[in-house]
Amino acid sequence: MASDSIAINPADVATRSVSERLHDWVVTVDHKKLGIMYIVYALIFLVIGGIEATVMRIQLMRPHNDFVSPQVFNRMFTMHGTTMIFFVVIPVMFGFANYLVPLMIGARDMAFPRLNAFSFWLTAFGGLLLYFSFVGGSGLYGAGNAPDMGWWAYAPLTARAFSPGHSADYWTLALLVSGFGSVGTAINIIATVICMRCPGMTLSRMPLFAWLNLVMAFMVILAICPLTAAQVMLCVDRYLGGHFFDTQAGGSAVLWMHFFWIFGHPEVYVLVIPAFAFLSEIIPVFSRKPIFGYPVMVAATVCIGFVSLSVWAHHMFTVGMNSYANSFFAITTFAVGVPTGIKIFNWLGTMWGGRIQFKVPMLFCIGFLFQFLIAGLTGIMLGTAPFNWQLSGSYFVVAHFHYVIVGGILFALFGAFYYWYPKITGRMFNETLGKLHFWLFVIGFHLTFDLMHIPGLLGMPRRIYTYEPGRGWDTLNFLVTIGAFVQGVAILVFVANLIISCFQGAQAGNDPWDAWTLEWSTSSPPPAYNFAQIPVVESRRPLWDIKHPEDPDWKYE
Amino acid sequence: MSKAAGIAVLLAGFLLATRLCFGTPAASSQTPNIFKPESTPADWIFHLSLFVLAITGLIFLLVFSLIVYAIVKYRKRDGGEHSEPPQVYGSNQVELAWTVIPVLIVLILFLATARVIHSVQDAPQPPQSVQVTAIGHQFWWEFRYPTLGIVTANELHVPVSDPSHPTPTFLTLLSADTDHSFWVPSLAGKTDLIPNHPNKMWIDPRETGVYLGQCAQYCGVEHAKMLLRVYVDSQEQFEQWAKEQEAEASSDSSAEAGRRVFESTGCINCHAVRGTVADGRFGPDLTHLMSRDTIAAGIAPNTPEYLRKWIQDPDSIKEGSLMPAMKLNDDDLDALIAYLGTLR
Repeated sequence: MASDSIAINPADVATRSVSERLHDWVVTVDHKKLGIMYIVYALIFLVIGGIEATVMRIQLMRPHNDFVSPQVFNRMFTMHGTTMIFFVVIPVMFGFANYLVPLMIGARDMAFPRLNAFSFWLTAFGGLLLYFSFVGGSGLYGAGNAPDMGWWAYAPLTARAFSPGHSADYWTLALLVSGFGSVGTAINIIATVICMRCPGMTLSRMPLFAWLNLVMAFMVILAICPLTAAQVMLCVDRYLGGHFFDTQAGGSAVLWMHFFWIFGHPEVYVLVIPAFAFLSEIIPVFSRKPIFGYPVMVAATVCIGFVSLSVWAHHMFTVGMNSYANSFFAITTFAVGVPTGIKIFNWLGTMWGGRIQFKVPMLFCIGFLFQFLIAGLTGIMLGTAPFNWQLSGSYFVVAHFHYVIVGGILFALFGAFYYWYPKITGRMFNETLGKLHFWLFVIGFHLTFDLMHIPGLLGMPRRIYTYEPGRGWDTLNFLVTIGAFVQGVAILVFVANLIISCFQGAQAGNDPWDAWTLEWSTSSPPPAYNFAQIPVVESRRPLWDIKHPEDPDWKYE
Repeated sequence: MSKAAGIAVLLAGFLLATRLCFGTPAASSQTPNIFKPESTPADWIFHLSLFVLAITGLIFLLVFSLIVYAIVKYRKRDGGEHSEPPQVYGSNQVELAWTVIPVLIVLILFLATARVIHSVQDAPQPPQSVQVTAIGHQFWWEFRYPTLGIVTANELHVPVSDPSHPTPTFLTLLSADTDHSFWVPSLAGKTDLIPNHPNKMWIDPRETGVYLGQCAQYCGVEHAKMLLRVYVDSQEQFEQWAKEQEAEASSDSSAEAGRRVFESTGCINCHAVRGTVADGRFGPDLTHLMSRDTIAAGIAPNTPEYLRKWIQDPDSIKEGSLMPAMKLNDDDLDALIAYLGTLR
């Protein structure tokens, strides 16, 4: 195994100028540097998307507020949704996959390093293109503006009659470009996992993290392609006189909905499966037990992958499908809950009988378990088509999917940040600040998103920039906004912790958590070539075998 | 102690939710609430939702307690040693159990759901039902009664439906521009109004009164101010209302000056007043404007003051609405308001 003798020589780094080091980052094809760039890029957009959310929350703090105009509010929710999905969660998941998959499977890099760099820069420029709409959205004849048609961009709002200027085009092109980047990275992950595993690492010995990212990569390819096709059709409508979605010329608004949600629902699982991957690595280490039911976890993930391709129209229960279609999408929606439930039970089984250490990464994972449970149950309510006729398009839905994305995915991500921070930077984070971040975020999250369900039950639709007083929504919206501020403070604590610990944290060493997967066998941060010698593994937990030669895993697998 | 705060907040939120949804004082009976159904489709949905809430509530309690038990019981104790707990890799029996039980729950949920889907969507239309065509516009509602020859806007009048002699109202939903959604929580679930895609829904309110709702599908700048009022009248009131609405506009000669203003300043391009030359369809029909309580899709009361404001500077009430600022001089405006006042 690798040792400290291969660590980077600090004197060597110090002699290089800033521009040389910057040049290194720009031209790099190293999976670790690209992974870090993805993650930093996503964090920057997380802050931007968070500011947009805060603007909306201030506006909705009280009825008839006039903090921003309706036009600005509509741009804020469009940009918030698009940013968070396409330029925060996807890139950050790709960042972790890039950084960790080769390390976990004992490889020296991804299968296609240049494609990897190309994909990153495509995604990066996609984000810039989206935000350039603030400057160039109206074309040459006026000040710019961002798109304001919602992140689903339902037809015919995207038709030229309703979205003049170029703001809708910037949105379309940004998603097209970053979509190509996503497909490139997905192909790369698949090829890496299939072809680059070290000797002895059969598919059934591969860490769950790699398995889940493999499934995620397949789903990216299946989900992004229809979206890309739809974006091209939209461009044809807007510039070449096509009528796919142009209802004024006989086009179909419902066709766009199908295209969008055939992308949109698998996309949810594209985001949440990597979050499952984090949990499947972190929970065993801090429970001091191997993952419970590894084959079932793999099977459940693959099952989610397939079933989630047949649930998209549960976003469309109110658009007037017939009763058979509604029934079909109701049962597929319930069905996808079964493998998801199995995962929660298996994590519980992993903790059961263990010796749970409440380190910061584990705290976030436990938060995930509670919140994802609730998100799943409100998902069952929304999957009940008739109940959905009441809940859909209301603040209940907004609360539900933020429960999934913030309470689930973001909590898992925070856990991942804290868990792999020592590996990526070589230094420990500040445990006290980490716990402060956790508790502040838990309080802010529940204040915001628990209460947000209720206005939905009382008839408050989403995407409204203001509302009438006296409908029972006022106090709730005020408290929701307070919660949003608490979350904002928690994020500041988190970012401060990341930056301060990078300079002042204690040296982490190779393996601060006493973990079991291959990334912990090399130095922190790992050298450019990852492993001096390609490791050979005999079980799912190669480092356990080394640490416990008297009781190795391969005896039982 | 772990997660104690989270649990406390959850419980507080749950109690607050219960209070708000089920304990609202009678004074605010107009507050929309999906748990206070006043019509059959909303009622069926309400009962199904109680069933789903019960099942999900039980699952929540069970899994929640298991997780809490696990993190309390199996937490690392202080003064712990370095030995590892027994390494367990899985258990086929346990995993089979937590696969089969959820599958059974899914089947039960599906049967209950499919029954309500069928009952609501495939309900036959009785001959004595009222037919209404609702057309969504940016940012207001047009209601046409094809069998009665009535056209009105934003305030839907329907007869109360006595369960022994049901007179439900069947709506055909169309859109003139973008997607909209018809949602009055106490009466029925929402159904979208989509251009080139006619939809249907029905309501049969059991109590008279005014029921509030609003557009629930983002439709453009003023989506937030596309409010909806449903007036449930007694049979007699409804027949009286229909008779008044069927009539042409009154031609009160005292407002002749205002009528000339109306017909010569562009109002008629968008608005219709039956029995006159005004036949625009882009904006609401004004034949019986004074029979409505509100203007601008429920955002302002229908008073002369608000009408003046609305005509001169619509953005001050509803920024981004498609009504242009008319910028009339005071005399013309006074005459116009007087004319509109005769459109009873």
